[in-house]
Amino acid sequence: MAKKITPSLPGPESITRRELSNGIVVLARENFSSPSIVVDADLRTGALWHGRDVAGLADFTGTALMRGTERLAFNEIYEQIESVGASLSVSAGTHTAGFYAKSLAEDLDLMLGLAADALRRPVFPEREIERLRGEILTRLQITANDTRDRALEAFYELAYPDHPYSIVEEGYPETVKALTRQQLIDFHKTNFGPRGMVVVVVGAVEASKAVDLVARHFGDWSNPAQTDQPALPALAPITAPRRTHVSLPGKAQADIVLGVPGPARSHPLFLTARLANNILGVFGMGGRIGHQVREKHGLAYYAASNLSGGYGPGPWYAYAGVNPGNIEKAVSLMQREIARFLARKVTPDEIADNKAQFIGRLPLGLETNEGVASTISSMELFDLGLDYLLRFPAMFNAITRDEIQTAARAFLSAENYVLATAGP
Amino acid sequence: MPGVFVSLRKPGDSIDYNLRMKQPKVLKTRLKNGLTVVLKEVHIAPVVSWWVWYRVGSRYERPGVTGISHWVEHMMFKGTRAFPASVGDRLIARDGGFRNALTWIDWTAYFETMPADKIDFALRLEADRMRRALFPPKEVESERTVIIAERQMNENEPSFRLGEEVQAAAFRVHPYHHEVIGDMADLHSMTRDDLYGHYRNFYAPNNAIAVAVGDFNAREMLARIETLFGKHKPATLPTPLTRPEPEQRGERRVRLTGEGETAYLQIGYHAPGANDADFFPMAVLDSILAGASSFNMFGGGGTSNRSSRLYRAIVQTGLAANIGGGLSPTVDPYLYTLYATVRAGQTPEAVERAIDAEIDKVRNEPVSQAELEKAIKQAKAMFAYSAESVTNQGFWLGFTEILGDYRWFDNYLPRLSAVTVADIQRVAQKYLAPGNRVVGTYVPAEPTPQQER
Repeated sequence: MAKKITPSLPGPESITRRELSNGIVVLARENFSSPSIVVDADLRTGALWHGRDVAGLADFTGTALMRGTERLAFNEIYEQIESVGASLSVSAGTHTAGFYAKSLAEDLDLMLGLAADALRRPVFPEREIERLRGEILTRLQITANDTRDRALEAFYELAYPDHPYSIVEEGYPETVKALTRQQLIDFHKTNFGPRGMVVVVVGAVEASKAVDLVARHFGDWSNPAQTDQPALPALAPITAPRRTHVSLPGKAQADIVLGVPGPARSHPLFLTARLANNILGVFGMGGRIGHQVREKHGLAYYAASNLSGGYGPGPWYAYAGVNPGNIEKAVSLMQREIARFLARKVTPDEIADNKAQFIGRLPLGLETNEGVASTISSMELFDLGLDYLLRFPAMFNAITRDEIQTAARAFLSAENYVLATAGP
Repeated sequence: MPGVFVSLRKPGDSIDYNLRMKQPKVLKTRLKNGLTVVLKEVHIAPVVSWWVWYRVGSRYERPGVTGISHWVEHMMFKGTRAFPASVGDRLIARDGGFRNALTWIDWTAYFETMPADKIDFALRLEADRMRRALFPPKEVESERTVIIAERQMNENEPSFRLGEEVQAAAFRVHPYHHEVIGDMADLHSMTRDDLYGHYRNFYAPNNAIAVAVGDFNAREMLARIETLFGKHKPATLPTPLTRPEPEQRGERRVRLTGEGETAYLQIGYHAPGANDADFFPMAVLDSILAGASSFNMFGGGGTSNRSSRLYRAIVQTGLAANIGGGLSPTVDPYLYTLYATVRAGQTPEAVERAIDAEIDKVRNEPVSQAELEKAIKQAKAMFAYSAESVTNQGFWLGFTEILGDYRWFDNYLPRLSAVTVADIQRVAQKYLAPGNRVVGTYVPAEPTPQQER
């Protein structure tokens, strides 16, 4: 209808990419349709850089960075952020840590300044560390009483034995209680640094100005002590079903997680597996799994599947929340759908619909600065190339029904799987 | 939102937003059959968000059929003759769009956000299901268990159970008494005829608002809506259920016990409705006490609350793990609720005492001019963020039209800016009175050895 807006997908023409001398890669894209900006920054550190005995260390350290810096105390930091209606958070996951900021464009300098203070000049105030520890322990208490969290945690333990993915990022009560302030300081000193850091700025600021501001706050950062990512151990293949149930008395509903370790983002079959997953448990109301478990049998409010991807072999699993009396019925429906998916190729209609969805939704995903920033960030972090979105439709359309079956068979299995449930 | 971007600029700023951004106008009209239409052209991305809102929600329900509005919302996805159930989801997904529906105390809303050149399908679908949804008996039964599962998912959360009890204690007479999802007893006993009757009663053009925001020509869009919806005749709407809540005389308390190791505290104060002038000073007061609220239903921008008075008094002192405040624009007076998660090793009583000390402070002493100005500045940023997605804009235009007029949202900032410190103290004294509240606590049934005591 009306005048045509050409969707301008972010590409090499519209993304400014600059590498600073200390290794930081800055990517900027202008968008003047709204007065805000988003900064999405990733650093190469996280829970992989520490062992199970200090589980929660990276998470605790990441969060503690915002609790006080050489220049500002906790109260002053948040007074500055919140007074301008902005948000800024620092966190650490398994493979990466990072910060995320959203503010009016005029406050970009302020946000980058506060982020640089946090990452480069934290002081880990004793009192704040203890307060934060209490907050983390309360969160762990809440998670321990959540059927969804507990089912997922149990799934990871069975699917990734002796592998860092089985360690809960936030840690365990006993490890979090034992972590010392000095361990946080040391972890920061040896793991937070500019090497491999990627900063994406999207919004109402000239790209050159965005790059200059990032360079001003981070360009002279160096950390010779920064350690490289430890190698991921190999995963033993699953050769028999692994099942477990976590008992949480008093709960009205049970959660089910059924799956396997899946492909990393860099795996040649990743994109095909993503399309397969969409058909299996995403499209419309939860794909084939949602159709069976929710629409046809009325067993669940949510029933779907998920493929994580990422730096390593993230999981590929189906999940649902059901009445405790319906666990077996729902599991067998999910298993039947997976078996059918492996046995028979998807239909021509299914592959056409799902391809159209991925390609058709590009403009929607790129409507906001948040969406654009996360897309650019993936392009850089996973070496997809800045022309990835431009190449995407052709690449995606070339996937065949046979390839979908091959990708599904490479990972999913009707016999060898991990099943974790949590409920009363 | 006129004025917003201008006043956000700081002196010396090198970016001139005004030169780059045109302020979109809103077109509002009413069709002959009573359908209200609100349209806003936004030519930023080739997408359109399309909404149909109905004046029906849990506020319109009687005991015995609580949760019926929400269940009807689910049944709206079970198809019409022209658009069978499987077709809607499939076509919207394959066109790269997304859709959903929301039911709340005052309204039920349906939306599709799609690439602009595909939106006509969503218009046709909504026009058809306004009057022609089928409610197949088999699907009613299958959906009954889905909704029971949805309720059980909620019941898994102690905070849901606590909120439900606080709400029920606060409203003895008014239908805000029950949760939108409904009581379990009614979910078991409601019939297909109940559901279909509710649908036919409330789903009519003269009880609805159609909203579109995005990349279209408003005149063409209006003509298309007239063609598609004009054929529906207005219906005789049920007599509104008006059972005003009598003034609460004295504090009410509820105490729940249950599983887990974490205690929760919720305090609900009877609060002014959206069209009461007191709503605006209450909104500023909420911002000062518990932090600025985001206007983004669909992701994308808010601020934390770590510089708020209650965070400093409750979280920074180690009593709670978090604190939040909730003030919603509603048709009738609803609740202003404070929520806290009690920290391991602390008690809800200690948290309550600390909250009370802060409440006493805002009732006894005026807040500072600086705090007032900060709250307004925060609201301005929240407004700027809220305009970034067409889906979010459609949400607010429809929501506020339900309250009486979409300009409620546009006028929000000017009305907030007119609030004085004296207004804030006055509403604090009027609404945050002990006799006007319900205090709810959730405490773990038995302490376990893991608990820090």
